[in-house]
Amino acid sequence: MTTTPTAVRTTAVAARATDLSKTYGTGETRVVALDRVSVDFRQAEFTAIMGPSGSGKSTLMHCVAGLDTFSSGSVRIGDTELGALKDKHLTRLRRDKIGFIFQAFNLLPTLTALENITLPMDIAGRKPDRQWLDTVIDMVGLSGRLSHRPSQLSGGQQQRVAVARALASRPDIVFGDEPTGNLDSRSGAEVLGFLRNSVRELGQTVVMVTHDPVAAAYADRVVFLADGRIVDELRDPTADAVLDRMKRFDAKGRTS
Amino acid sequence: MFRTALRNVLAHKARLLMTVLAVLLGVAFVSGTLVFTNTISDAFQKSSAKGFDHVDVAIRPEYRESEGDRLAEQPKLTRELLEKAAGVPGAASAVGVVDGFTALAGKDGGPAVDGFQSRGGNYWGEEDPRYPLARGRAPKGAGEVAIDAETAKRTGYGIGDTVRLSVDGPVLEPTVTGIFTTDDGNVAAGGSLTLFDTATAQKLFHKEGAYDEIDVRAASGTSQSALRASLDEVVPEDVGSTVTGRQLADEQAEAIASSMEGMRTGLLVFAGIALFVGTFIIANTFTMLVAQRTKELALMRAVGASRRQVTRSVLVEALVVGAVAAVAGLAAGIGIGAGMRSLMGSFAATLPDGPLVVTPGTVVAALAVGVLVTVLAVWLPGRRAAKIPPVAAMSSVHAAATTRSLVLRNTLGALLSAAGTAVVLYATTLDGTSGQAPMGLGAVLLVIGVFVLTPLLSRPLVAAAAPVLRVFGVAGGLARRNSVRNPRRTAATASALMIGLTLITGMTVLAGSLQRSIDKMATAALKADYVVSMANYNTLSPEVAEKLGETEGVTAVSPLRNAPARIDGATEYLTGVDGAAIGELTDLAVEDGAFEVGGARVVVDDATAEDHGWRAGSRFTVAYEDGAKQRLTVAGVYEGNEMIRGIMLDTAVLAPHQSDPSDMQVMVKTAGGASAAAEDRLEKALGNNPGILVQDKKDVSEGIAQMFTLMLNMLYGLLAMAVIVAVLGVVNTLAMSVFERSQEIGMLRAIGLDRRGVKRMVRLESLVISLFGGVLGVGLGVFFGWAAGQLVGGGMATYELVLPWGRMAVFLLLAAVVGVLAALWPARRAARLDMLAAIKAE
Repeated sequence: MTTTPTAVRTTAVAARATDLSKTYGTGETRVVALDRVSVDFRQAEFTAIMGPSGSGKSTLMHCVAGLDTFSSGSVRIGDTELGALKDKHLTRLRRDKIGFIFQAFNLLPTLTALENITLPMDIAGRKPDRQWLDTVIDMVGLSGRLSHRPSQLSGGQQQRVAVARALASRPDIVFGDEPTGNLDSRSGAEVLGFLRNSVRELGQTVVMVTHDPVAAAYADRVVFLADGRIVDELRDPTADAVLDRMKRFDAKGRTS
Repeated sequence: MFRTALRNVLAHKARLLMTVLAVLLGVAFVSGTLVFTNTISDAFQKSSAKGFDHVDVAIRPEYRESEGDRLAEQPKLTRELLEKAAGVPGAASAVGVVDGFTALAGKDGGPAVDGFQSRGGNYWGEEDPRYPLARGRAPKGAGEVAIDAETAKRTGYGIGDTVRLSVDGPVLEPTVTGIFTTDDGNVAAGGSLTLFDTATAQKLFHKEGAYDEIDVRAASGTSQSALRASLDEVVPEDVGSTVTGRQLADEQAEAIASSMEGMRTGLLVFAGIALFVGTFIIANTFTMLVAQRTKELALMRAVGASRRQVTRSVLVEALVVGAVAAVAGLAAGIGIGAGMRSLMGSFAATLPDGPLVVTPGTVVAALAVGVLVTVLAVWLPGRRAAKIPPVAAMSSVHAAATTRSLVLRNTLGALLSAAGTAVVLYATTLDGTSGQAPMGLGAVLLVIGVFVLTPLLSRPLVAAAAPVLRVFGVAGGLARRNSVRNPRRTAATASALMIGLTLITGMTVLAGSLQRSIDKMATAALKADYVVSMANYNTLSPEVAEKLGETEGVTAVSPLRNAPARIDGATEYLTGVDGAAIGELTDLAVEDGAFEVGGARVVVDDATAEDHGWRAGSRFTVAYEDGAKQRLTVAGVYEGNEMIRGIMLDTAVLAPHQSDPSDMQVMVKTAGGASAAAEDRLEKALGNNPGILVQDKKDVSEGIAQMFTLMLNMLYGLLAMAVIVAVLGVVNTLAMSVFERSQEIGMLRAIGLDRRGVKRMVRLESLVISLFGGVLGVGLGVFFGWAAGQLVGGGMATYELVLPWGRMAVFLLLAAVVGVLAALWPARRAARLDMLAAIKAE
């Protein structure tokens, strides 16, 4: 098993989970969703989190992104320890440091595409950086549709708006929860391409939960989760390699 | 199907709660009104029926019409007639009844009860069957009275005490010789009754030698009708008519029933308004429920339910909700009925005791109203539910609320509004009575038109609020967009509030304008410092004006003396004034000639002058009540008002022709104007009289204002119900909106909107909807207030529109408070929403 020691890399860490555990319920009904997970997400790296249903991959992402609370361990975004934060500060942290892309687009139907993109900055009361905004909008190819409402856009276009929204405020880290789950393969490939470009060209850090090996292949690194634990990691993956690993876990899961 | 409907009701308990409450309040209002009025009516009827126990047949005087230029002399029920009546076969005894106004002072010198409730009468002989003596003996002569036991208890007066009282001005100080009990309705309602011996009462009430009524008792074995028949033979037809005690009781019962009918109708109108507002909420709730259940209903269609079955299942749901609400409302209404009686008993009026009356009619009406209102309100949403195509069950997209075009709706709304406005404007050109029906019709059309148009109106009006909302940052912007997101829903919610505020504003504008005009009428043309009148606006003895004239510091005094006379074959009322003083006491605009009263020269108000075709210099003949005739000359025509009008002539000319002169009021001017000292001197001159009001202009204005304030407060209280129901509507709409948008709210929380921001967003949306309703309501209310004022005030010279800016600001503030309050719970829910569950939910 290739558990590469992360300390060797010189690049700074954008987010880090240490001994992160999350359990639901007590006594006999106790369910362990995350079991002492330690993982680093380095800056300017595209990480995919994979695993079968119920492996805890979404829970891991939610905890690291400050959307969910955890039972023990520690999560740091940059220099900030999340476990100590109250809801108010956690909200501010999400607003200023984190970008989100959800599976179900999650745009506000009352706002135009542009207004949706600048929403996090409007909430913060900040003026968007015009130049950066243009760069992001150009990259996702939405220049011509900024005044459209979500209902006038296709699913792929809507998700491109969501990508632009996540990137527009230059967050420290962008989290994607199955961002291509509701898209056809062509639109999905486009969105994944944008995410990869944002890492390569703009130096963005991206963490994405997915169950699609093809999607995972766009990442620099794939972390595999099973039963709430990190069981494997793969660098510069291909879809086939990811699929292979997945099959192995499935087989192991069935025999154990 | 019924089971599905029942399950749905149970599944949406929380969301149906507001609907149930809205129906419940309306039904409670209806049943409370019915229980209360039935109970009061029943109690009054029982207590007044007892009052006729001692009358078997009553003789009442006939009224004679005047003819030609001679005033008819009214017939008198004399002692002679009474004795004749007492002597007919079958008669046991007869009592002569005399009554009038008698103000009794309490021990503190002030009036013992309110002016309109202090009555006086006669005690018949040694032992009056009407008034059993509890203590003491019958009053005899001018120096003795008997008072009722309730009043004795309240004031603390006992046998042998000297009391102060006044009938028409002069203060009397008789001794209490008797305390009696009575079934008299006025006493039961908290009034006082003071009895003199019959001769004294006749003298004091200016009814010398006459009775107001003769009550005859039948000897045992003689029926009421038999006695009546024998009485009819001795009572001349043109003097009096007879009526049996039973008929009197029936008449009284009918009078009570009809006065209660008025009150009941009034209250039911307000209950109807609350229910009408409630229908908006019911329809809104079911529209939202149907929209949310699109998939489920489509599934039912897909597995074979017919359209009719779908509609029926929704209607059955409404039926269950309506029935539950109606039963609860009926229970609440019975409680309200009981509560209102004890509330009214605890202050204001004392009501006779009696059991709480809940008739089957009340129960049926309450249940029918609750169920019908609910089912009718759900008719449209139910039909819409049936139109959901079965394929909607398969579609993965969450079907949003219908976005049908508003073109048809807007056209219809515009047409209705235009028609309503036109009819109202047309009605303002008509006079008071003939304009009422078109005004009402126009108002209803306009309100419906505006309601139909509210979705259209919501956009520009909400957009107008944008600059203010921008201050609240992104929460404000989102709130603004959310509030116009579903214009129909916003419209229905805002309309519910609009109706209440339209009525409240309209009433306020009209009442304020009328108050100003009546106030002006009463004071503008008045130069006098004081107006002296009886507490119940009965007539005053001329002695009062004389006494005031002799008071130190008084520079001018004039009575306003009423005297009937015949002119050109019709009865006219002359106003006798002091010709020398009247010019200093009034400031009436003179349209023609000169304001000059003295001798045969009189002044006439514009309306009377027009009726008779008189101008300055015209001459006419008047026939006084004693039959004497005189040629009078019109010296001038003045602009009359509600207080001072008619033909004014000098009392010196009038006095010789009057047998029993009395004044409506006396106007007084004092050196140095109105002051506490001057008022004190006047009151002292009148012997600190408990029955007389000495009012300066300010008192008159305040009296008028008080009357209007009381009336408005009652209306506000009644309309508050409609506003409360509207608040439930706003709560409901917001709760539904939060529920429907939970995914969005979760996303907003995820990308960094804090709880406060979410709360603020919901609260601002509520504020926008409420203020939208408020602005529409106040606007419409002002229009209706203006229009109704044109109709009612058209005949008043002093009428002018008064816009109560302060009040209107308060109403808008009220709408804002409604918005904030209504948002409390939905905003909390929104802020507490589980972010992850919301994001994941699809």
